Amino acid sequence: MIKHLLSTQQLSREDVVRILDTAESFREVGTRVIKKVPALRGRTVVNLFYENSTRTRISFELAAKRLSADVINFSSSGSSVSKGESLKDTALTLQAMGADAIVMRHSSSGSPYALTKWVSASVLNAGDGTHEHPTQALLDLYTIRERLGSIEGRRVAITGDVLHSRVARSLSFALVTMGAEVTLVGPPTLIPPDAPLWGVNVSYDLDEVLPKLDVCYMLRVQRERQRQQYFPSVREYSRLFGLSRERVETLPAGAMIMHPGPMNRGVEIDSDVADLPQSVIEEQVTNGIAVRMSLLYLMLGGSSSSAFGEARADA
Amino acid sequence: MGSRLMDEADVRRALTRIAHEILERNKGAQDVVLVGIAARGDDIARRLAAEIRRIEGTEVPVGALDITFYRDDIGRRAEAPEVHETRIPFPVDDRTVVLVDDVLFTGRTIRAAFDALMDFGRPRAIQLAVLVDRGHRELPIRADFIGKNVPTRSDDSVRVALTEVDGEDAVLVEDAT
Repeated sequence: MIKHLLSTQQLSREDVVRILDTAESFREVGTRVIKKVPALRGRTVVNLFYENSTRTRISFELAAKRLSADVINFSSSGSSVSKGESLKDTALTLQAMGADAIVMRHSSSGSPYALTKWVSASVLNAGDGTHEHPTQALLDLYTIRERLGSIEGRRVAITGDVLHSRVARSLSFALVTMGAEVTLVGPPTLIPPDAPLWGVNVSYDLDEVLPKLDVCYMLRVQRERQRQQYFPSVREYSRLFGLSRERVETLPAGAMIMHPGPMNRGVEIDSDVADLPQSVIEEQVTNGIAVRMSLLYLMLGGSSSSAFGEARADA
Repeated sequence: MGSRLMDEADVRRALTRIAHEILERNKGAQDVVLVGIAARGDDIARRLAAEIRRIEGTEVPVGALDITFYRDDIGRRAEAPEVHETRIPFPVDDRTVVLVDDVLFTGRTIRAAFDALMDFGRPRAIQLAVLVDRGHRELPIRADFIGKNVPTRSDDSVRVALTEVDGEDAVLVEDAT
């Protein structure tokens, strides 16, 4: 299995299937009265979060705890980072404390990759800038497979602020690996110019795409990352690219509505649409724990993935 | 060089006898549930349930238990061990749980199964049924119901084949040399 998870581009179809199949077993653990197994007893997982996060950090924390690993939460505010410590020195400190895995979120694209150069622990990218968010993509694949039974050949539209979306990148790459047909939808200013190289289609007209979909994936408008005006007004964006009740009517029966959260209700998705039965936004959150458990288990459950791997294998 | 310790008829007779012994020991099938350890223990558990139905006319619940997350050698193997399905869709509280496995060897799998089972509730009693007991225990664990005792060397390989997964019923031993 992989040592680090930085991007969904590094994953083969077999890797993805193994991760999702293992997650299936952890879904079952999540339905028990005692939702905890001793698989990673004695391992230490550090959540290193340089950006605000609720669901991803808590999801990783729960995942590690349900595997009986020890969890340390580290956020940049209220830590040595606010005293000016560099990422490298923070990483070396965590290394010296014996972390087996570091789950990292950072506003700079590529920073988890830099981390892998400094530490021997496994690094899991929990979102880096506008680059990737691979665990979100994997939990989305799990949710699609669970609802529709398969991923191959499914038609998926990812709509919204694709340019700033690490979720869109990770998900597009993973869906293409799994043989799905992906269309990116949004205003031309928010579609990355290199999108055609991802193996996906591009459309600027949501209404034209909707009637053919199996999965309608809405992205959050990330105003905090937008450094210029990408569309005239939120109202206009919402009218052209928001998932309204009327637009939902044009989706085929059985199509799923997904959103990575947090939602801007009334902007990219109407409030009552988010609560429809075909919307699986809460399932995505529940599945996220199982998928992250699967990844931690597969990455830390073998001796070769451990910092002290050889010593342990000989013990 | 491999040898065949049990053929299809041997396996069938052994399972029929074990089903009778389970019923005899528990004075019927009241409050008895079968939990097979994946992989193959769950198939054997289903066969025992069918035998009990044939003999006694009662339906015994059958579950499957994967003990991977409870193993004591996670992190000592190069790769994280492969995971199978766990499905225990009934309460085990105050029931007599008959754990079912294909081969009893070191006893470590059964130790892990105890831990796993306890996370599902508090059984009144746990009994152990195995198709083959090959000895070489590393923990103080014994089976209540045994298909066949097989003396082996600790480095021999004992393999149970079942129609459901392997296309035939047989118990095979391959010695290390």
